[in-house]
Amino acid sequence: MRRLWRYQETYVALVIIVLSCAITLLNPNFLTLENLFDLLKSYTFLGILSIGVLFVLISGGIDISFTAVATVAVYTTMYFTLQHGGNTATVLFMSATIGAALGFINAVVIHFFNIPSIITTIATLNIYYGLLTVFSGGTWLYNMPEWFRHFAETNVISLVNPDRVPYGLSVIPLIWFVVIVAAWVILRYTMLGRGIYALGGNLASAQRTGFNILALHLFVYSFMGLLAGIAGVVEVMLAQRVATNSMVGKELDVIAAVVLGGASLTGGVGTLWGTLLGVALVGIIGNGLTLMRISSYWYNVFIGLVIIVSVGVSAYRRKMQRRRKISVEVE
Amino acid sequence: MKNISKRYVGVQALDRVDFEVAYGEIHCLVGENGSGKSTLIKIISGAVQPDPGGIIEIDGERFHDYHSIDAIRKGIEVIYQDLSLFPNLSVAENIALSEILAAGDRFVNWHAVHEIARRAMARIGVRLPLDELVGEISIADQQLVAICRALTRDVRLVIMDEPTASLTRREVEALFNVVRDLQSKGIATLFVSHKLNEVFQIAERVTVLRDGRNIGCFPARELNDRKLTELMTGKQLEYSRYVPTKLPEQPLFEVQSLSLRGNFRDITFQLRAGEILGITGLLGSGRTELALALFGVNPAQSGEIRIDGRPVRIRSVQDAMRLGIGYVPENRLIQGLVSQQPVSRNIVLTILERLVNRLGIIDHHAMRNTVKHWIDQLSIRVPSPEAPVQTLSGGNQQRVVLAKWIATQPRVLILDGPTIGIDVAAKSAIHDIIRDLARRGLGIIMISDEMPEVYHNCNRVLVMHKGRIIAEFDTARASEDDIQQCINQLS
Repeated sequence: MRRLWRYQETYVALVIIVLSCAITLLNPNFLTLENLFDLLKSYTFLGILSIGVLFVLISGGIDISFTAVATVAVYTTMYFTLQHGGNTATVLFMSATIGAALGFINAVVIHFFNIPSIITTIATLNIYYGLLTVFSGGTWLYNMPEWFRHFAETNVISLVNPDRVPYGLSVIPLIWFVVIVAAWVILRYTMLGRGIYALGGNLASAQRTGFNILALHLFVYSFMGLLAGIAGVVEVMLAQRVATNSMVGKELDVIAAVVLGGASLTGGVGTLWGTLLGVALVGIIGNGLTLMRISSYWYNVFIGLVIIVSVGVSAYRRKMQRRRKISVEVE
Repeated sequence: MKNISKRYVGVQALDRVDFEVAYGEIHCLVGENGSGKSTLIKIISGAVQPDPGGIIEIDGERFHDYHSIDAIRKGIEVIYQDLSLFPNLSVAENIALSEILAAGDRFVNWHAVHEIARRAMARIGVRLPLDELVGEISIADQQLVAICRALTRDVRLVIMDEPTASLTRREVEALFNVVRDLQSKGIATLFVSHKLNEVFQIAERVTVLRDGRNIGCFPARELNDRKLTELMTGKQLEYSRYVPTKLPEQPLFEVQSLSLRGNFRDITFQLRAGEILGITGLLGSGRTELALALFGVNPAQSGEIRIDGRPVRIRSVQDAMRLGIGYVPENRLIQGLVSQQPVSRNIVLTILERLVNRLGIIDHHAMRNTVKHWIDQLSIRVPSPEAPVQTLSGGNQQRVVLAKWIATQPRVLILDGPTIGIDVAAKSAIHDIIRDLARRGLGIIMISDEMPEVYHNCNRVLVMHKGRIIAEFDTARASEDDIQQCINQLS
């Protein structure tokens, strides 16, 4: 039990519980299945991206370019699909592949030129996004195919609320769910996943232990790109249009959610569980403010405060612990 | 191995070295920094290939092309000085990871991970918390984790590179027991160290390297401190005790019943100008904490400090510096130096305000002269004053730290572990500098757990334990053994 207090995750979970209670007291609509389903759907985009970012952070790197990757991937895919046709599977596959390829380029640059990942991905963000703007001229894509709209509106569970309005659990969060399970298996039960932790914990040791650092880098950034491609499709499913400028600029929101969930910017530390909590907290704050009719301008202020409080509390505890460790037993 | 040479660009790291380790033997490899020890280890571990002509034989089998994989197959494991552990992973995983990776498994079976770790720990009879993160356990335990990891495979020769550098005496004892235990299981250990007393304690045979050449291989019984030092340095070093010339009546620096909760209690001592006062004791005895209090980092809560008989208040580092107290910290790289910055800036860091002109701008001419003065004074070997400190050897880095504090013209200089990680010749040069400072009228407090260092360089020695001073020795009357015994009785 005492071990629990060591983890950032515990504090985030507590904040979530307290906030949920507070919001429910002010607006009982918060704690309804309908609201929950709605939340899951709207935060699938952030949720999928956060898992990619988690992998990158654990490996000791950072990726800023993923929103540009998502935009390029889904724009190219939908542009192609609108002309040549396809189905939901081909759209997801194509967007994920393009995303992975762009992530692969990031990895190659980072690994072979040994440029810090933050600089590399700031550069590639500009390159990817700039190229898209040049070739698309900033034109949005509308008139999504009928099958695409139909898929996005599919519910896997359909219910009716007391006011006889039908609602349900959309199929979209299922994509997130699949990603979560895959990420969990990779991180916990494969040598690939343990290698990512090892790489972030101590690069030199990982090399000496015999991990293939190039392979790990390639995987981590390609995986980030792959998830960005999928997240891009999710965003378009929700909005039913492809905008060139709707995603870029949200990088820090995603990174904030992951860091809130206990991942360390110095690498090696971070859990899937924590990242899900981080996303949940961000979602609850956004949703709660809406339900409490507080201006959305306050949203950023709240997110910032929550980050400082929950990361601060666990960091402060660690600092005190360290201080206790070095003191002397005086008789 | 025979006739091993290795030439790096412009440097002959190893010159026709013959070297052998017997089955189940505890063998020590000693030599000063740059003598070729690490190159030899790298060749044995297959990380580096010797120049053509070198012969490597294991179990009588001759290798023409010897690589890491051959070393691993033959059961040779290296534990590097930095231990190569993953602080963010559990003890169990740290132990088992390389084994699983070597087996080529793609998936992790956590039962197997714990099983491998448990088996390795059982081999040397230690118990470590398997689920604890390695970053959260002590350095000594981390060392054991590294040893356990080496034991997951069928190891026959363990090479330990400076394994005791950051261990306390008792932890070193525990480590030696593990090494002896390995020996009883037929596992040989190659111990690389430059702490001479440890070499005698553990080794059966000692191979000495100097300037890339094998000076010889000797039974440990036939060597003593002095002889080994001579072999390593090729010079006759004289060990003399520091005897201060007549001391003034009036103490320079007095501490009366100084206490800080959780750090030290009721500390009283006096220091005269020209004295070198040793403070020793086990790690965690409160020595360093006392030093930090005297220097104003963590000021004491109660008690009195007097300088020239006048009470003074030390509430901050600025206070301490104004009163003429200098402090050379235990970990020079972290606390004492800005390692990417050039030597020159490091030296003048503490005295910048004396080098600024009326406009508050640094007078570069004065700075250059000051830097040159100290580089000459302490004979710091640098390619140029603008070379980054991190490119210097340990001994020269320590001189830079000393220069930095001596430049402030302190009256009291506190040295915490002044020669940690420095090789023998550089050590005695540092000692000479310290003695010279004392002769010029500084009061010096030297904190160290290397008994010969304390004994030979201090005229008085205080022993601290659990935050208190428990004994005082006058080195003119007490012997080195007396002090050592006093410490050994503590637990």
